[in-house]
Amino acid sequence: MNREEKNRASSADATPQDRSDLNEIKHLLRQAMPPVLPHELEPHIDLWPQLRARIESQHNTVHAATNVHRESPGIRIAWFDWALAALAAAALIFFPGIIPALLYHF
Amino acid sequence: MDLQQRFVAGDLEAFEQLFRDYQRQVYAWIVRIVRDSATSEDLTVETFWRIYRSRTLFRPDGNFGAWSRRIATNIALDHLRKSRRETELPNDLLAPPEPDPAVSREMRARIRTAFVNLPPKYRLVATLALIEEAPYEEIAAAAGITVALVKVRVFRATRMLRKQLRSLSAEIGAQS
Repeated sequence: MNREEKNRASSADATPQDRSDLNEIKHLLRQAMPPVLPHELEPHIDLWPQLRARIESQHNTVHAATNVHRESPGIRIAWFDWALAALAAAALIFFPGIIPALLYHF
Repeated sequence: MDLQQRFVAGDLEAFEQLFRDYQRQVYAWIVRIVRDSATSEDLTVETFWRIYRSRTLFRPDGNFGAWSRRIATNIALDHLRKSRRETELPNDLLAPPEPDPAVSREMRARIRTAFVNLPPKYRLVATLALIEEAPYEEIAAAAGITVALVKVRVFRATRMLRKQLRSLSAEIGAQS
């Protein structure tokens, strides 16, 4: 069974009027826009170089973005924040008795 | 590790091999839909670019041909949607058919106009089913719809074309 017969068989549930319309429109369409010829079904040029260039350009963009991210400064923390954190750590180490009190309040 | 596994893992050589194995198939499918060789080449590159970017979504034991055809169909359909305002079909593939003397040149032009005015999803199935005579199952798989829906769209496209041809004939009749 060729393609046309297959499609005709699968549209067997259509009315005779529908089928006649379909065949007529199909004939007109194929007259106005014939099927693509077999030798036109292949690209004229090798498309790999275009695709490869696109992949490489994306890789370069990603690498550049990663490098910018690496070079960019991290979050800056002011010196007095470090001092406060050190004081809190020292208090916990030297006065461990405050830990239950802190836990009770938080 | 087989070719498809290597492709999913990001191996560029494996991807090139898959590209070489499937580019003709993808291009042939796209050119049947958009009917323009230069556009089809661009859309083929776009298809494989999208395939490469979404490689992690592909199951290594899956059917690469079917997956690539599905992506190609979506891209071709997007193109039809974007280029809908163009009133004339690209004609570099309009090879001279065995002309039917009953179908005049003017009639052919009217059919093309009516065809371009179809909504893209109907134009897609009409091209593949009526002009290219692709099996309905193949169209359904590529478009991600059921065979029943392909049949419905083919009949609706036929009806729309008939209606448009009638109104175009009436317009021409009124002008002359």
